[in-house]
Amino acid sequence: MKLYMKYDIHYAANVIIQEKLNELGIDHELGGLGEVEISNHVSETQLNKLTLALGKYGIEIVDNLKSTLVQKTKDVIREMIYKEEGLPTSKISSYIAERVNRSYGYLHNLFAENTYTSIGSFIILQKIERAKQLIIDDELTLTEISYKLSYSSVAHLSYQFKKTTGITPSAFQRIIKKRQSLESLNGKEPSKKAVLQSNKIDNS
Amino acid sequence: MTNQPLNIVLAEDDEDDRLFFKEAIDQVKIKTILTIVNDGVELMKYLYDPETIRPHVIFLDLNMPKKGGIECLEEIRADKNYHDLTIAIYSTSASDNDIEETFVKGANIYIRKPNDFKTLQKVIAEVLSINWQYHTSGLNKDHFVLSI
Repeated sequence: MKLYMKYDIHYAANVIIQEKLNELGIDHELGGLGEVEISNHVSETQLNKLTLALGKYGIEIVDNLKSTLVQKTKDVIREMIYKEEGLPTSKISSYIAERVNRSYGYLHNLFAENTYTSIGSFIILQKIERAKQLIIDDELTLTEISYKLSYSSVAHLSYQFKKTTGITPSAFQRIIKKRQSLESLNGKEPSKKAVLQSNKIDNS
Repeated sequence: MTNQPLNIVLAEDDEDDRLFFKEAIDQVKIKTILTIVNDGVELMKYLYDPETIRPHVIFLDLNMPKKGGIECLEEIRADKNYHDLTIAIYSTSASDNDIEETFVKGANIYIRKPNDFKTLQKVIAEVLSINWQYHTSGLNKDHFVLSI
């Protein structure tokens, strides 16, 4: 048997973070996008325990302001693309700047410095990732997917998909379907579809 | 902020191609540690060596003596430990059908070997940059396919 799960990464991460903080008796308030406000003093042992407990889920405590900003930018982009009601109608650059509360120019440079890519390319990559998931879910047509992800037409989505992955959306669907039937044929464990894809970040 | 280097393994039997690859990867902005093995048998020995640091990406030549790229691909994908390792097939031009087959068997990337050095550099830079995003942004590796 194979189960397919849908999950909300942000919600899951928040629940885990809150559980662990409560277990350690740390008074806190979640500020959204991975910010946690701690009201009382936290001892080093508590902090180490927390780091260890969260590390199990791929959640890291970031102590570097720049990497926090990069992570925030990534989170805003992802949240924007995974919203049910579609992408914001305002200009994306001002939307990101407003949400992260820094000028877009600053974020743009910081992002490029730390991720080997630009905010623009990252948005495209994330949009195509979302398109992939929707194609595999097989509930929406390609036209509906292109509308949901704010593409002007199916042709535009197909073009960007091909440009980003080197293959067409229909070839992608074929490949994943064949892979899945091959996996069930070999009696392998279903791939880690249900495993939480954590927000691993690089804070070194 | 300094980023951790990516561990890269290249399995390639042709000496010229090995040299080209090494020179190209040295000039890419992303920091890498490159390990080169000469064929598929060596590659599998390397991967199963407990001393080996887990690689992030393997570049696999399709045609190698003793053990070819496809055999390695199947063997690696059958191993639970290496389920989410990025595998890039690195080969001279093939038909779209052949390429699709390698994706079905679990390859993430298919690179048609470029003829000139400049293109090779560009291709490697692009592959590493996209892989970096998968590596650091929690993207689903099961859906990672790139034909280039």
